[in-house]
Amino acid sequence: MIEITGLEKRFGSLEVLRGVDLVVASGQVTALVGPNGSGKTTLIKTLLGLVRPDAGRLTIDGHLLNGDCGYRDRIGYMPQMPRFPENLSGREVMTLLESLRGVGARDRTLLDALSLEAQLDKPLRTVSGGNRQRINAALAFLFAPATLILDEPTAGLDPAASALLKDHIRAARDAGRTIIVTSHVMGELEELADDVAFLLDGRIRFRGTLEELRERTGEARLERAIARLMAEPVRRTGAAPRLSGAPAHESAPRTAGARSRDSKGERRVSA
Amino acid sequence: MNVISRLLLFQARDLLRGRWVIAYALFFLLAGLGLMRLGGGDARAVLSLSNLVLFVVPLVSLVFGTTSIFDAREFNELLLSQPVNRRELFAGLYGGLALGLSLAFVVGAGAPFVLNLSGGVPAPTLIALLGTGVLLTLVFVGVAFLIALASREKARALAAAVGVWLFATVIYDGIVLIVANAFAAFPLERPMIALMLLNPIDLARVLLLMHLDVAALMGYTGAVFQRFFGSAAGVTVLVGALALWIAAPVLLGARAFRRRDF
Repeated sequence: MIEITGLEKRFGSLEVLRGVDLVVASGQVTALVGPNGSGKTTLIKTLLGLVRPDAGRLTIDGHLLNGDCGYRDRIGYMPQMPRFPENLSGREVMTLLESLRGVGARDRTLLDALSLEAQLDKPLRTVSGGNRQRINAALAFLFAPATLILDEPTAGLDPAASALLKDHIRAARDAGRTIIVTSHVMGELEELADDVAFLLDGRIRFRGTLEELRERTGEARLERAIARLMAEPVRRTGAAPRLSGAPAHESAPRTAGARSRDSKGERRVSA
Repeated sequence: MNVISRLLLFQARDLLRGRWVIAYALFFLLAGLGLMRLGGGDARAVLSLSNLVLFVVPLVSLVFGTTSIFDAREFNELLLSQPVNRRELFAGLYGGLALGLSLAFVVGAGAPFVLNLSGGVPAPTLIALLGTGVLLTLVFVGVAFLIALASREKARALAAAVGVWLFATVIYDGIVLIVANAFAAFPLERPMIALMLLNPIDLARVLLLMHLDVAALMGYTGAVFQRFFGSAAGVTVLVGALALWIAAPVLLGARAFRRRDF
């Protein structure tokens, strides 16, 4: 379980996170959704310790993030299309990660399912983009982490590999892991996500199940529901209405600046 | 093996399998062999190669160091999502790159003298030449990391790195010459020594001069300072200054690396 309270981060004059409160339950896939620049990447990076928050409190499975790196042996992170060292092989990267964690690979099922064995000994610069992304996915699952953070997991994967990965994500959920997924493909999140956390202008605007999102917006499709959320006027009084069953981590009132951009309703829905 | 040495060896292995670093080693190999054939004797070859070392090693270290921080950014993020702290990763990146470049340099620049069986170059001279190259690598990889961590754009960082190289190799000596000319009527040794300490390439040049005994061929700065740096106190100052030139950029870089947002 991930608990985030009052998370704030600014880069210079740019306020990226303005008090994010969010609980991500284990045994669920939580989709982190929001337009480009809404703060998704910054939020994920603070969870990984890559970005240092200005304020707020983060705990992962009860472990308070305080600059210590030990908690990360419980996290599997799949970055968006990483550039691997060109001259080394996938196996060498795997071996490095094993040695850094001080344990051998615990879960090779995705690695085997994606038929990567033949690719693992080639220098990574000669491995195709799709296969590099397969290796990227397999690495995230390799140590059977309690928390999985998957950034655009199926980008660059062919349909077969994409389906396999989604099966593994669901299996990890059923095994009780905590999973955060971001994606630009709303159809994919519809397929995978149990919960949606919608981030806009550095705050969580909506947090609830897909069903609750549909109820609130009156839209059946996630893409349209999110678009509707983005076009919603700013609530000046109190927090956004809490939805039945949703944890008490709703957004605070939004700013005028956010409204003016919202009202245009032009921003591309993305995650 | 601890985390730092694992990261260090990983980085060095990646570097040493790359084409560019092989080209770097080959460059010194061919230059050494060529200078021996054409230059009229090993002593002259060492001298010419020394000048080459003073120019090329800082440039290559700066360019490799700067690009490596930018090119490995995403992979470094992946490494930092493992139970690895930033100090360890920084040490591994710096050590791996410095080790890989040093190895390539030592093999490339040393091979011609080992292959050439005439035995014309005494071992201490060869060691001084190779050691100076390694020290320059240690200094300028650190400087490059510092530059790369201070800028968000690769192109700007590279421009700054080349600017630093140009300043340290060419412009700085020009300034020293102008100062020497302008204050020719005054006793200049001490201020000049101070000026030398501020430029690691000048320090390296002095270090080489002490072992090559060719001060007159190495320009004004070399001729003036061989006397001071030849003394025990001078050697201490020289070594101390070089150690500081290695340590300061690395420590500042590590601090920037620890504090930055990825």
